[in-house]
Amino acid sequence: MAEYKWPDAEKRSLIGKRISRIDGPVKVSGRAKYSYDLKRPGVLYGKMLRCPYAHAKIVSIDISAAEKMPGVKAVRIIQDVGKEIKWAGDDVVGVAAIDESTAEDAVRAIKVQYEVLPHLVLDNDPKSAGENAKPVAATTLGDPAAAFAAADVVSSEGLYGNRVITHCCLESHGMTAEWTDANSLLVHPSTQNVSGTAAQMATPLEIPATNIKVHQDHIGGGFGSKFGPDSWGIESARLSKQAGGKPVKLFLERAAELMVAGARPSSYARVKVGAKKDGTLVAWESESWGTGGPGGGGSPPLPYIFNIPNQHKQHTAIANNIGPARAWRAPNHPQACLITMSALEDMAAQLNMSPLDFFLKNIDLTGPRAHIYRDELQIASDLIGWDKNWHPRGDKTAGPIKRGLGLSIHTWGGGGHPSDCDITIQPDGSVELKMGTQDLGVGTRTALAIVVADTLGLPLEAVKISIGDNSYPASGPSGGSTTIGGISASARRGAVDARDLIFAKAAPSLNAKPEELEAWGGVIHVKTDPNRSLTWAQACAKLGGMPITVRGKNPGPEKLNDQGVGGVQMADVSVDVETGVVKINKIVAVQDCGLIIDLKTAESQVYGALIMGVTYALYEEKVMDQQTGTMLNPNMEFYKLAGLGDIGELVVHMMTGKGYDERGPIGLGEPPTVSPGAVISNAVANAIGVRVGTLPLTPDQVLAALEKKGGSNASI
Amino acid sequence: MHHDGKNDDEKLNDQGTGFSRRDFLKVGGISLSVPLVMGARTVNVAGQDVKIYGPGKVHISLDINAKKYAAEVEPRVTLLDTLRNELELTGAKRVCDRASCGACTVIVDGKAVYSCTVLAIEAQNKKITTVEGLMDGEKLHPLQQAFIDNDGQQCGFCTPGFVVACKAFLDKHPHPTRAELGTGLGGNLCRCGTYMGIRAAVMQVSKGGQNG
Repeated sequence: MAEYKWPDAEKRSLIGKRISRIDGPVKVSGRAKYSYDLKRPGVLYGKMLRCPYAHAKIVSIDISAAEKMPGVKAVRIIQDVGKEIKWAGDDVVGVAAIDESTAEDAVRAIKVQYEVLPHLVLDNDPKSAGENAKPVAATTLGDPAAAFAAADVVSSEGLYGNRVITHCCLESHGMTAEWTDANSLLVHPSTQNVSGTAAQMATPLEIPATNIKVHQDHIGGGFGSKFGPDSWGIESARLSKQAGGKPVKLFLERAAELMVAGARPSSYARVKVGAKKDGTLVAWESESWGTGGPGGGGSPPLPYIFNIPNQHKQHTAIANNIGPARAWRAPNHPQACLITMSALEDMAAQLNMSPLDFFLKNIDLTGPRAHIYRDELQIASDLIGWDKNWHPRGDKTAGPIKRGLGLSIHTWGGGGHPSDCDITIQPDGSVELKMGTQDLGVGTRTALAIVVADTLGLPLEAVKISIGDNSYPASGPSGGSTTIGGISASARRGAVDARDLIFAKAAPSLNAKPEELEAWGGVIHVKTDPNRSLTWAQACAKLGGMPITVRGKNPGPEKLNDQGVGGVQMADVSVDVETGVVKINKIVAVQDCGLIIDLKTAESQVYGALIMGVTYALYEEKVMDQQTGTMLNPNMEFYKLAGLGDIGELVVHMMTGKGYDERGPIGLGEPPTVSPGAVISNAVANAIGVRVGTLPLTPDQVLAALEKKGGSNASI
Repeated sequence: MHHDGKNDDEKLNDQGTGFSRRDFLKVGGISLSVPLVMGARTVNVAGQDVKIYGPGKVHISLDINAKKYAAEVEPRVTLLDTLRNELELTGAKRVCDRASCGACTVIVDGKAVYSCTVLAIEAQNKKITTVEGLMDGEKLHPLQQAFIDNDGQQCGFCTPGFVVACKAFLDKHPHPTRAELGTGLGGNLCRCGTYMGIRAAVMQVSKGGQNG
């Protein structure tokens, strides 16, 4: 019986080491071809006419002038007369032409008349949203009224919030689609879901999914926004059909990318907290609302992590006329975290307690991971110098630069998605793994190579990894931090089975039983007598003339992955109270993620999450104009991302070893993105003595909060 | 780019006029002897010789990575789109297309520039280095190796632009401070958040003195 469990630390040759990603060379040399880079033979360029209104009905469409333009090969009405458009930028007509400028000229030649309807693009007040505000049933736990009445301290009501932000993938959404015959399609998308793309295209295109071939070598960012082919993907296939099957490359322009291809829902809440004098939390009350566009928004899990015994919660979803919501790393968690950790930090200030003591006082309310948080809080406080650097709210030193510390904790699920792979071993000893997964930049290729090479006792370079094609065994979409759990378990099971087949072939000539063998350092030897050995190539030669292929699966025998992680972050910031500018001095992240496959890329993920967090904490906002119903900053000059000089010093500490490794790999793409907004907001409050309730903490928001410095809970 | 077997409309449109042959004659009344691809003409304006390109496609020649490239592009076409669409040099990426993000960075006469905001016709007679020109045969440039060693990339879409920007920066500041680095490389943006690795990569090369 094969034993799949992860090897013990001393038996790991590669797993958990600091290993450079195997696709590094193609990426740094510019040789990596993203779908956006491909120029298929005879390619046509697709463009879309987009509705300029946030809410409108289509009255008439005239595409005749565009159809007659030289170089225009296809014009298709996507949404016809009578259709109600619910956000500015939604696509109405698609065009394919011999080059981009011709396609743009053709879009300009199309005439569409709209009946403009009333719109709502703001989300700041559910009371002004009218019938767009859809209250969700209130929930009550325990007896909040009695608990508040009995509490020693009840916080003045705080207002906290996160605005709608967009994914801003550097490789915009889109694909190139081409018909290889009347009933067969080849697509090169930018997707987080290689294996699942065909099934999503088959129904609208009315062809069998099996006739759709999907290939993607690299993806230039997804962050939760690229799970489906989207209307533009389907449209590129339809335009291609109309153009006689020629490839149609349809990738969103930057403005469209920011307007329609990704919105993380907003979330705001008025919160009241009740506690005893010693800091024990007893009651929580929140009235929250938010939007994710036409479909409303998700309801943040409040209070976050701290399961306060008495609660009353009411959430209202606002449906409005902005581009639809998409999953953004750890959906609903960053919002819930900001709201909860801000409210708790404000309560600590009101109690004259250090938030670290306050969190530790209530740590048992976090449930089964309380001991992990306790350990992580200790490590984080050492790394940031909490005891030395923390001061009660409001930096009392002279001068305009005020410094402060903040903290936050977070959680996420993970687990492993379904994943199959084929591992083929050739008689010459060469090894290939094929899997229909994708590498979002997290190091999926590298992790697969590490697991297979470690299991077979081979160097990393001896394993060829082929991913990004739906002709390979299916593997799940990269979402929910489920990729590493799924792909590593499937690769491990396949590699163990393949190795055992080689052991069976090698055993007779080593005069041993297969289970007495071990693969290590490119050699197969008898465990008790390492001198009785065959090189890997000699062992594989015993296959005879034919390769073997083994299917690895997840789920499968033995538990190789887990879910549920905890992380702690602490931030040290400086705020200039004259200009309102917030500067990051240092952020510390302490994170658990089970067994680490590659320490180098794991740390990169956390650094990246912190940097993305600095960006959404300080800069990012999808600025909507109620007058025109459009986004005012659909570009990278005014939709700001943090630069290299904005991040301060970042310190990452991964919880590894006993107590963690046995759980198997747990995804890391999401958890560390949850806390940065909260830690930075808390550090700013600690620095300037007043809460800036809503992210991003832009200079105008900081100055406005300072202006009404009436208490710790000054609102937006 | 030359295509064979196309009908007349397509051929004409490859020259980027946006008009059909019939419209072209009707509107312009220009004789068919006007060449479809023109070089620059020189016109004397206010006592100065000024080069006039277009309308329609013009023949250009570019010096990229110490090789001569020829292309036919409309005068309005950017250096970035010429690299990507005409010359198959897709290392430079089109992201913001408006000189905000640096994904398209190339070196022109020793200076890092956003190729999305330089016209191809303007880039003639200048030495252009793209990310494809940094390797020595199959050997990575020490800076590229440093990006790998320090994991200065995730999805990798901003990486080529960053590598080129770092090269140009190090050429001018061989031993930068961290503050200089933040300012000098502030014109390139990454969405995955790879700045820690990039910072370490630049410092590694700076210390190693291999800024070749």
